Amino acid sequence: MIQVVCVKQVADTETRVRVAADGRNLDPAGVTWILSPYDEIAVEQALLIRDKQAPGEVVVVSVGGPGVQSTLRNALAMGADRAIHLKTETIGPDPLQVARALAEELRGAGAELVWFGKQAADDDQAQVGPMVAELLGLPCVTMAAGFALDGGKATVEREIEGGREVVEVTLPAAITTEKGLNDPRYASLKGIMAAKRKPIEEKPARLGEPALEVVALELPPPRGAGKVVGQGVEAVSVLVRLLREEAKVI
Amino acid sequence: MARYGGVDFYQTDSLFSEEERQIRDHVRDWVEERYLPIVERAYEEGYFPADVIPEVAGMGLLGATLPEKYGCAGVSNTAYGLAMQELERGDSGLRSFVSVQGALVMYPIFTYGSEEQRVKWLPRLASGEAIGCFGLTEPDHGSDPGSMITRAVRKGTPGAAGSGYILNGAKMWITNGTVADVAVVWAQLRDEATGRDQVHGFLVEKGMKGYSAPEQKHKHSLRASVTSELILQDVFVPEENRLPEARGLKAPLSCLTQARYGIAWGVVGAAQACFHAAKQYAGVRVMFGRPIGAFQMVQERLAIMLTEITKAQLLCVQLGRLKDAGQATPEQVSLAKRNNCEIALDIAREARDILGANGITSEYPVMRHMCNLESVKTYEGTHNIHTLVLGEAITGISAFR
Repeated sequence: MIQVVCVKQVADTETRVRVAADGRNLDPAGVTWILSPYDEIAVEQALLIRDKQAPGEVVVVSVGGPGVQSTLRNALAMGADRAIHLKTETIGPDPLQVARALAEELRGAGAELVWFGKQAADDDQAQVGPMVAELLGLPCVTMAAGFALDGGKATVEREIEGGREVVEVTLPAAITTEKGLNDPRYASLKGIMAAKRKPIEEKPARLGEPALEVVALELPPPRGAGKVVGQGVEAVSVLVRLLREEAKVI
Repeated sequence: MARYGGVDFYQTDSLFSEEERQIRDHVRDWVEERYLPIVERAYEEGYFPADVIPEVAGMGLLGATLPEKYGCAGVSNTAYGLAMQELERGDSGLRSFVSVQGALVMYPIFTYGSEEQRVKWLPRLASGEAIGCFGLTEPDHGSDPGSMITRAVRKGTPGAAGSGYILNGAKMWITNGTVADVAVVWAQLRDEATGRDQVHGFLVEKGMKGYSAPEQKHKHSLRASVTSELILQDVFVPEENRLPEARGLKAPLSCLTQARYGIAWGVVGAAQACFHAAKQYAGVRVMFGRPIGAFQMVQERLAIMLTEITKAQLLCVQLGRLKDAGQATPEQVSLAKRNNCEIALDIAREARDILGANGITSEYPVMRHMCNLESVKTYEGTHNIHTLVLGEAITGISAFR
C-alpha cells in the first residue's frame, strides 16, 4: 500500500519567536526548525501500518524553501521510504496554495492513505488536510485519535466534546491526526544514517495565486509587573476587589 | 528552567555533519523526555533504571560504531561521541552503561573474537537482549592491571572435545556485573612454549558453575548504575569462549582506550548540565537586591566554566576527527580524558557552590553530577595514571613500568 504523509516544517515550539521587521512574518534568525509535532504522529501512524499491517511505501511530502529538506530527512530517519520536496521560495500564508500544490502532486500517485497532522503547530490553521481531500475528491476524517485498518476500510476514532465518535471510512481517504493516536518513535542512529541514502525528489510547487495575505503579525503584549496587595487575611478582600474592579477577571 | 539547548560558544555545531547534529539532538531529546524525569529517584534509591535498556538499544546506541552486519548502527566516532555527551548530560551512570556494553564488551568481541563469537553475541548485545560487563580491575590491582592474580589453567588437550580453561580469581568495580549475561574476563594464562604468563580474554557466561557477581552497594557515587564484584571459583570456560586474537595486556588496554574516548566526550555533557543549572540559577536568585549573576565573583566563575567547556569541546571535536581518520593515539585519548574529567568535576563543584544550599538537593542535577564525576575521574585510568602516560609520551621515560 502506498501511503503519503504531508508534513510541515515549523519553528520549534520552545523557540522564542520574534516578528520580522516587515511586521508580517516571523524573524527566522536563531529559530530551530522541526517537524510539526502533529505531523510526527501522522508519520508514525503510516510507519506502523506499513510495518505491521500493509507493507508498501511511505512517502513524505513537504512544501517550502531549501530548509525544508532537514525536516524531510527527520521523517526519513524515522523510517519513511522516500521524500518529495515541492520547492518554493515564497511560501505565503494561504493554506489553499499549499493544498493545491500537494493535491497536484498526489493526483495519480495511487496513495490509499493520505496523512496530515490535524493542524500545524505554528499557524494552527487546520485547513490543508481537508482542503487536499476536497481537491482530490477523497473522504476526510479529521483529528483521528484511534485508527484501525480493515481491508479497504478504516475505523477511525475521534475525540469530540464529552465523548468519542467512531467512524468508518472507505479508502482511499485523507486522515488528520490528533495527539494520543500513537507515541512517535525516536529516530535510531541507524535510521539517521540510512536517511542520508534515501532519495529526496525536488519539484517546483504549483501553488497558484494567493487569495489571502497576512497584514499584521503581533506578539502578545509583555506581561506587566506583579503587585503585592498585602499580607494575611486582610489581603484577601483587597485582592478580590482588585480582581473584580481593576483586572476585571471575576 | 529554560529548555536545555547545550552550550556552544564557539559554534562547534558548524564542525559537525547534519547527521551528527541530528543524532546529538535525538539523544538530547530522549534524555530530556525519558531519562531526566526518572534519574533522581533511581539515584536516591540506588538502582539502574533497566526499563530504559530497550529504548537505548532501539536508538542504536549500543556498539554504535560497529558495522551494520552485526546489528549495529555503524556511525562515526564523532557521532558516537556526541551521543555519549548527551547521555552523560543525563547521568554518568547511563553513559557508563552504554560505554561498557559498547566499548568494553562489544568492541573486544568484535576486535579479538572469532566470527562465531561475533555472530553469537554482537546482535544480542546491540539489541539489549544480552548485557555485558568487563572484568579487568581486581580488589588489589587497579592502576597496575599487569599484576592481576586471576588465572586461567588449561584443561584437556587443546582442540579435543571438552577442552577449555579453569578460571580462578576475583574482579572488582565492575559496571553492569550483576546484570550481565556475559563477562569479558581477563586472566593470566601460562604460555606452554615460553613458560611465561600472558593476559587472555574469556567470555564467562551467566550461570557457569562457580561464577557469581554480587552487587557492590553503599556507594556515594554512580548510584544509578550497577557496580559489582565478579567471583570466579574453579569456573570451567570452554575453548570456544576464549577470545582467540587477544594476547597480552594491550588487548584490554585497547578496550580502555575506546571507553576513555567516550568518557572524554561524556563528561563534557555533565559539565554542560552543571553550567546550565548554575547560569539559570544565577539569573533568578536575588540577594542584596540583585540577581547573584550580577556579582563579579559569580560572573568570573561562570566565565571560567564556559571557557573550560569550550576548550573541552574543541579537544573532543579534533579527537573525534582523528579517530574517524584512524589516527588517534592512546596518548591523545589520555589527554582528553584527563583534562575533561578534571574540568567537569571542577565545574560541578563550582556550580554546587553557586547554587548554595539548593545545590545539595535533588531539585538540581549538580550534586549528583559532582558525586558521579568523582568516580569518572578515577575509573578507566585515574587522573594520575593519565598524567604519567603523557609524561612518558613527552619524555620517553616511563614513570611506572
